[in-house]
Amino acid sequence: MAGKYVHQSILRLEDPELITGNVQFLDDIELPGMLHAAFKRSDYAHARIKSIDVSEARKLPGVIGVYTAEDFGDYIKPGPLQVPPPTAIKGATYVARTTMPIAKDKVRFAGEPVAIVIAESRYIAEDACDLIYVDYEPLEAVVDLEKALQPGSPLVHEDLPSNEAGHVRQERGSWEQAVKEADLVIKRKFFINRNAGAAMENRGIIVQWDKHAKQMTIWCGTQSVIALRNQTAARLGLFESQVRVITPNTGGGFGPKINTSLPDDVLITYLAMKLDRPIKWFEDRRENFLATTSERDQVHYCELAVKRDGTIVGLKDFFYHNTGAYNPYMMTVPLNTQTHTVTNYRVPNFLTEFYVVFTNQMIVTPVRGAGRQYGVFVMERMLDAAARELGMSPVEIRRKNLLPANAYPYYTSIIGQDFVEGVLDSGDYPTSFQKTLELIEYDKFVNEVQPKLRAQGKKVGIGVACFSEGTGVGPYEGARVTVGGNGKVVVTTGYTSQGQAHYTTFAQIVADQLGVDVKDVKVITGDTGYFGWGAGTFASRGITVAGTATHLAAQKVRQKALKLASKILEAPEEELELADGVVRVADIPSKFISLGDLATLANPMRGTMEPGTEPGLEAVAYYGPPYGATGAGAVGLIVEVDPETMQVSLEKMAFVHDCGTPVNPMVVDGQIHGGIQMGIGDAFYEELIYDENGQLVTASFMDYLFPQATDMPKKLVLGHMETPSPLNPLGIKGVGEAGAIPIPSVFTQAVENALQETGVEFDRDTLSPSRIFTYVQQAKGA
Amino acid sequence: MKPAPFEYYAPTSVEEALATLQTLGYDGKVLAGGQSLIPAMNFRMARPAALVDLNKVNELFYIKPTSDGGLAIGTMTRDSVVEKDPLVAERFPIVPYVVKHIAHPQIRNRGTFGGAIAHADPAAQIPALSVALNARFLVRKQGGERWVNAEDFFMGPFMTVLEPEEMLAEVVLPPMAKGSGASYQQVSRQKGGYAQAAVISVVVVDENKRCKDARVVLFSVGETPILSQTAPKILVGNVPTAEAIAEVAEKISKEEVDPGTDIHGTAEYRRHLVKVLVRRGLTEAFERAK
Ligand SMILES: Cc1cc2nc3c(=O)[nH]c(=O)nc-3n(C[C@H](O)[C@H](O)[C@H](O)COP(=O)(O)OP(=O)(O)OC[C@H]3O[C@@H](n4cnc5c(N)ncnc54)[C@H](O)[C@@H]3O)c2cc1C
Repeated sequence: MAGKYVHQSILRLEDPELITGNVQFLDDIELPGMLHAAFKRSDYAHARIKSIDVSEARKLPGVIGVYTAEDFGDYIKPGPLQVPPPTAIKGATYVARTTMPIAKDKVRFAGEPVAIVIAESRYIAEDACDLIYVDYEPLEAVVDLEKALQPGSPLVHEDLPSNEAGHVRQERGSWEQAVKEADLVIKRKFFINRNAGAAMENRGIIVQWDKHAKQMTIWCGTQSVIALRNQTAARLGLFESQVRVITPNTGGGFGPKINTSLPDDVLITYLAMKLDRPIKWFEDRRENFLATTSERDQVHYCELAVKRDGTIVGLKDFFYHNTGAYNPYMMTVPLNTQTHTVTNYRVPNFLTEFYVVFTNQMIVTPVRGAGRQYGVFVMERMLDAAARELGMSPVEIRRKNLLPANAYPYYTSIIGQDFVEGVLDSGDYPTSFQKTLELIEYDKFVNEVQPKLRAQGKKVGIGVACFSEGTGVGPYEGARVTVGGNGKVVVTTGYTSQGQAHYTTFAQIVADQLGVDVKDVKVITGDTGYFGWGAGTFASRGITVAGTATHLAAQKVRQKALKLASKILEAPEEELELADGVVRVADIPSKFISLGDLATLANPMRGTMEPGTEPGLEAVAYYGPPYGATGAGAVGLIVEVDPETMQVSLEKMAFVHDCGTPVNPMVVDGQIHGGIQMGIGDAFYEELIYDENGQLVTASFMDYLFPQATDMPKKLVLGHMETPSPLNPLGIKGVGEAGAIPIPSVFTQAVENALQETGVEFDRDTLSPSRIFTYVQQAKGA
Repeated sequence: MKPAPFEYYAPTSVEEALATLQTLGYDGKVLAGGQSLIPAMNFRMARPAALVDLNKVNELFYIKPTSDGGLAIGTMTRDSVVEKDPLVAERFPIVPYVVKHIAHPQIRNRGTFGGAIAHADPAAQIPALSVALNARFLVRKQGGERWVNAEDFFMGPFMTVLEPEEMLAEVVLPPMAKGSGASYQQVSRQKGGYAQAAVISVVVVDENKRCKDARVVLFSVGETPILSQTAPKILVGNVPTAEAIAEVAEKISKEEVDPGTDIHGTAEYRRHLVKVLVRRGLTEAFERAK
């Protein structure tokens, strides 16, 4: 669906200001009398706190206060669940042990705050942290995901009988039946490691309490202003209207910033009120690594039941999911893994079961991809293993099992993160797969290029993988569209932005409906003072959910404008058109009225109003989908591996993606590029490593490797497909996480193919050259 | 990530800097480009009581030709200046090539040639380069100075022969011999990242292509730059064959290096890299030798 603006690659409206530095980020904000906070964090992953001595820290000049759990009294309790438990799933069990704002009696991960210092500067606050002495009784740390569930393991939460945080089992068809029908059952174990969601800008918060107006203002780069406002108000006994949350420009979110009721917002809101001074806290990179939130490690035990011709009859996936020390985000991540394991393929019998496990590690919550990539990884790896054992090509086995183009809507019988059965609304997986093969020139590579290069001693390999991305889930988002007396349009939404181009894409949607120049549409996101409803920025739902709400609100305004103009211009509505900022009678160019004048007339200052009308050229609309729109695609990759050093060079990648209507194709490309880069990090570089005592070994960018521009494939070709979603009027599906999802799968496969003659098979992600070397040595030994 | 409190001195002459260092003794620390020291202070791993900032000491920024065909480099010369200097490129083509591998342009714009040497990071390029090129260092203190050979300068990881009141002032590179060739080989996880293993090879051959000298310096695989003893033993006096080079590579990787296992690589992998890189490096150096 294309319009004057929708479906056009217009340049991002926000960029000129961003590039010239004419914008405000959180750390740019300085308030009179502002204080600064720093956290004293636990050195131990698991220990009892015997005593905390803050006396010296309190004496340091410039220190306003030093607080431990004791000083907050009853205010300190576990935070609310950010996501409800999956009660819709039959038999699901769970316990909730949510985030402690500050450790009381016991620390459960290295980096958990034990005290907070408020001082005149961040420097002084950190000096004071050095003067706080904590007497710990160290306890054995729970680090290994599988050992954590064995009897006798130390307990993260001693009031629980074990470290089990939950269990979910879902089945469609019958795995038992699949085993009976299969010619072959292939078994594999996979390990998936833990990554950070490292945004360029870390978490941060500024809180100001106006004791005269009884009004709190919070500036915060959160992904959910509404949750932050509501939880703050509830905790402090205020009306929601007494708390205003404003997000300044924010340098990336990627998931961790969706979390509220973490130590920073809980304690700093309280202390700003108590001390009656504004307080700023900005997370440093070390804190971000240690104690924000990160994503998952998982261990999968997987079985694939196949016929000799490669037809899948069933899949069984049993996995453990690490949730860290607390589980405020319940089961979103493992549920995503579960729902994304078999989406692209026909798998008549599917049994998927997981245990969520508490460990003495940082809390796990979604990070771009949010568990989806691991379902995809498991499935794609199993197909590679099956192809190998059946002597088929990876392409053949995929083609044989891809869900056909006429399968939609396809009911999956598996309940997902939005607690309804997953339904694939639309798509065409065979075509996207075929397009990918063409773009990567699969046949030519396998038949001509690879043999030639191999003959020269070069280790070159190719991989292809499919993926899907459940996007745009509920509950809802809303937007208000207002035409001003100047004829320009303001859109406000509770949705929050961290760089995704909402200021452009939402404006494109509105400009098409109201016939105005896109530059005359100003979009305001993430400020509860403007719009107080919404859920938050997650699950690639911005353009699908908030964008659709914006579209609906703009449509309402359009109707209002036409109705009023019809009266004024004395012409029936059907004969009117909106273009160039005016409403005009289609055939009579001289008969028109500007939107600005209409807006003024729609807001009379004297006289009477027609009953049943509402003032202004303004409307609010909400949109909540019945279930998410599923984007999908496929990726091909050619690599060259140095046969001696095992350095991997990404020679060419082809990525085909279907997100329905791309509101701005250039922005879609950008999302995919960034996603791919993050996926490369996942596949090759990024790894949060904890030692056996639960100490994070990779707590800086010196040790935690992050993909750089120079790590992108030498050649990257994108292909687009458009199967519009029937779920929303513009036919949109989300794209925010897509790029990241299939990369570990395709990378692993391509490297394996390059090293084919060694017989190596990989059973994990993050394949550093050293790891590849070790695998090859083992394969040679075997 | 804010440093602990410290005092700050910004002398404008070498004399003043040396006097300040003398007064401060163990409390004082030189600040050069700050690309290593400042992060360490922000992590509070380094807590110097006082910094003596050399950035305003203009007389420490220079590259001068020496009459014998070598170069004298003032300690504060930025890496990026060394990297782009035409005289350096002409007399020591290996130098800009190696320096390019240090981090990223922003860091090379601040980081200094002498600072890298004084810092003595076992994974750093310039200390190894100075050993490979047989450099000499001018070390000064108030009222005195001494010359130290690069080979004798590095005592361990981040440890050198420098006393607290001393300052590295100048690095002198003696001229490359006639018939020499050099090569640099490194493997790092990412472009601009620290090496997992690296080797700088400088060889000299006579008119008959016989090897006269072979300085093979490994780094990032031990506590300091490692000057191979094996290489000259096997190669000098002979025309280097592929077999001889392979033997050197094998022996060095087995006997002369001591890489550890870290999060980016096992000791076994890094030892293997040494073997591969020495072979590639020596082969290339001999090809280039003229
Ligand atoms: C992101 C990043 C990546 C990097 N990657 C690399 C890399 O790949 N390879 C590499 O080699 N380096 C790398 N570095 C380090 C960088 O090159 C260092 O800056 C350099 O090694 C030290 O030089 P400096 O001038 O910054 O010294 P400083 O940081 O100012 O000082 C370092 C130490 O040397 C002492 N010192 C400095 N000058 C003198 C002197 N004249 N006399 C006595 N003592 C002195 C200081 O007191 C201090 O202890 C990296 C740095 C960063 C931030």
